[in-house]
Amino acid sequence: MENINRDFEFAQKDAKITDLKFDTKPIGYFKDAWIRFRKSRAAIAGAIVIILIVLYAIIMPLVSSHGVDTTDGVYQYKRPFDANLASIGLVKGTYTKHCNDRAYLHLQMIGAAYEDYNGESINAEKAINSEFNPIRGESEPYLVNGVRYRDCEVQDYYESGFRYYQITVDDYEALRSYEAKTGLRLLYPMVDTTLVESAMNTNDANYWYLTKSGYPVDQNGNAIREAKDLGKAQDIYLRDADGNVQFYQIVASNSVKVRIFYWNYYFYKTGHIPSFLMGSDDQGRDIAVRLASGIGLSLILAVSTFAINFVLGAIYGSIEGYFGGWADLIMERITDILVDIPFIILASIVKLRFIDTNQMSPMMALIFAFVVTGWIGPAYRVRTQFYRFKNQEYVLAARTLGAGNARIMYKHIFPNTLGTIITASVLTIPGTIFSESMLSYLNIVSLNSGDITSLGTLLSTGQQYMVSFPHMILPPAIVISLLMISFNLFGNGLRDAFNPSLRGAEE
Amino acid sequence: MLKYVLKRLALMLLTFVIIMFLCFVLIKSLPLPAIEGLPPSQRDLVEARRIALGYYEPIMTQFWIFLVNVITKWDWGTSWYVDKMSPAFDVLWSRLPPTVLLNIYSLVFSIPLGLLLGIYAALHKNKWQDDVINIVIMLFVSVPSYVYAFLVQLLLCSGESGLGLFPLTVSSLSDAGGSYFSWTMFHSQIPAVLALSFGEIAGLARFLRAELTEALSSEYMLLARAKGLTQRQATWRHAFNNAMVPILPSIIGSFVSIMGGSLIIENIFGVPGVGNVFLMSINMKDYDVYMACNAFYIFIGLLANILVDLSYGFIDPRIRMGE
Repeated sequence: MENINRDFEFAQKDAKITDLKFDTKPIGYFKDAWIRFRKSRAAIAGAIVIILIVLYAIIMPLVSSHGVDTTDGVYQYKRPFDANLASIGLVKGTYTKHCNDRAYLHLQMIGAAYEDYNGESINAEKAINSEFNPIRGESEPYLVNGVRYRDCEVQDYYESGFRYYQITVDDYEALRSYEAKTGLRLLYPMVDTTLVESAMNTNDANYWYLTKSGYPVDQNGNAIREAKDLGKAQDIYLRDADGNVQFYQIVASNSVKVRIFYWNYYFYKTGHIPSFLMGSDDQGRDIAVRLASGIGLSLILAVSTFAINFVLGAIYGSIEGYFGGWADLIMERITDILVDIPFIILASIVKLRFIDTNQMSPMMALIFAFVVTGWIGPAYRVRTQFYRFKNQEYVLAARTLGAGNARIMYKHIFPNTLGTIITASVLTIPGTIFSESMLSYLNIVSLNSGDITSLGTLLSTGQQYMVSFPHMILPPAIVISLLMISFNLFGNGLRDAFNPSLRGAEE
Repeated sequence: MLKYVLKRLALMLLTFVIIMFLCFVLIKSLPLPAIEGLPPSQRDLVEARRIALGYYEPIMTQFWIFLVNVITKWDWGTSWYVDKMSPAFDVLWSRLPPTVLLNIYSLVFSIPLGLLLGIYAALHKNKWQDDVINIVIMLFVSVPSYVYAFLVQLLLCSGESGLGLFPLTVSSLSDAGGSYFSWTMFHSQIPAVLALSFGEIAGLARFLRAELTEALSSEYMLLARAKGLTQRQATWRHAFNNAMVPILPSIIGSFVSIMGGSLIIENIFGVPGVGNVFLMSINMKDYDVYMACNAFYIFIGLLANILVDLSYGFIDPRIRMGE
């Protein structure tokens, strides 16, 4: 006792003993996973792309002036065009057309028609430089088999040019007063359709000039072959006895036929200029908005399937794994049989049995088809995890303290399986998206009605016109590929984060 | 071993019958296609045929009739609409060659390529070549097969937007001169084969890369080097053989599943194959042909499973089956 330093004091003599507070924060299971997840650049990129696509699906319908189901009779199959982006040289709504002289001059004449508002005279220079000349650029002419061609950059929307409409006199007055108010040119001189050369073109309001073998002709009947000579072309406007052009033709009492410049008429109808960010489809609907709607549907489908499979899988798997024995044996045989049903058969039976008989809506039926076998994967994983954890000491401890089966299962074991089951379920999302698009592409399940459309429907419409109008199929094809890639990257990242031991393992 | 095989086969048959039974009940409980629109003479005929085939019996009796017909006469029913009055099984069987041919070409093309890519990536693990291959694999595995099909059609087939090297759709038998092996036929099949192959190549390469990298880092490789083998010899004789153990069964599996074909690729390229007849039977509500198709798909799936499982035992004697 003598050797003891006299300064020594008993710390616990009066004070309560407590552990020191940690200076660092504890890292739990999920925080740990998050730290690992954060490090995987591919997974983060996947997550970001998914978020961007979701944002697109939410925002696009809000900012777009088009509805999902707004059709247009004229602007069909049109290339992407947006006025704001066009001013900086993007999405100009143009495409390259190989024009022979006839086609070339015909396009130039649309610009000429726009400028010849009063039917007075055709001015070649004004026509070529017209704001609404469909030809926005052209190559040097070249010869193919002795025929002269040009590669023209044609504005798809301007190319539609003029249309004949039959409207009531009241509508006509309304159009006239609108013209006077805004200065937009809507009504153009009517054409004497008896003078149109080809009977095929009598309903096309863009044939408004005298032609011979398709070429515009001057007053001597000589064909015009150069754009600079277009001023000599002869119009075939409908004129009264005094030679004044007529802006309407009476077809019935209170009903007149008019020739309308569609670009401006579109503005008159809708209040905005034509703007289809990704072009329009076969019924003149805006692809950008339909794409957003399709993404929305696919994601809602995928997420609800994910949620249901998650819950079912968790319950089934935990019962199997926890109780084992007979329960496990019987339940496993059920999954053995279910897992052998090919998905395509399941889907087709659901279609024949429930959709065609109107017992379920296509959406519900599709979710049902995905759920019938979809929960097996998560259930299998949960079962394995339960087998792993159910004999551990902490479970025994809990049981000794009097915890019931349910409490042990969901309070003690289940949280350990959460990472695995989330991962397994997330990795089913791209499969769901793919299957949905396949089913609606093959028209086994049609999710296309009114405001609803799906990526598969967009793909199958696009595929019909793929060769001539690739802009219809590219957006859904790109988006679905992006979704599949990002969900795979994201899912793999989650798996690596929750189960570092499985890193790099493929399934 | 034999006992195990027999047991598996018996289980497979049981599963098959159960799934078929479920399909049968669901389909037979549907109302029969309406016949009110037909002319009276035909209506009576259809009605008489339905009665003769037992369509108004209870479902269980019908299933019994179905089973007996299949087992004793190999009679899967008769097509009502797809190919009127021909046996349902023949309708299906006659569509098999285009599907199988297409998929065999695809496998012949993709297996060597997939294996080569996988080996190359594994040997260059964590170098830039591996990264590039990994990215390509990720793309090919994730992007749906129909997107490749569109791209192939757009870039290679269409003369307007691409090179115009191939026709847009696969030729019919009569166009190809009545033979599945004529040049016209083969030429028109190339795009579809390409579209089918991308995913297969990527899947195989990814699988082999994972297995081979694991094998290459095993301890027996160290031993092989220690006893004097060069890295190349050790890789070929030991690592590659071991890596192939799980891969060969999967290749065997894909050879069986080729008969099922790919619905969507067949649809895009207009192949008159099994998928085509399946879709037709759904759309026309030709339930006999539909059931025959179902049976076919289920059987193929089960058979592939069993063969994959059993082939492990044949390929690697260390794996004992059924114990």
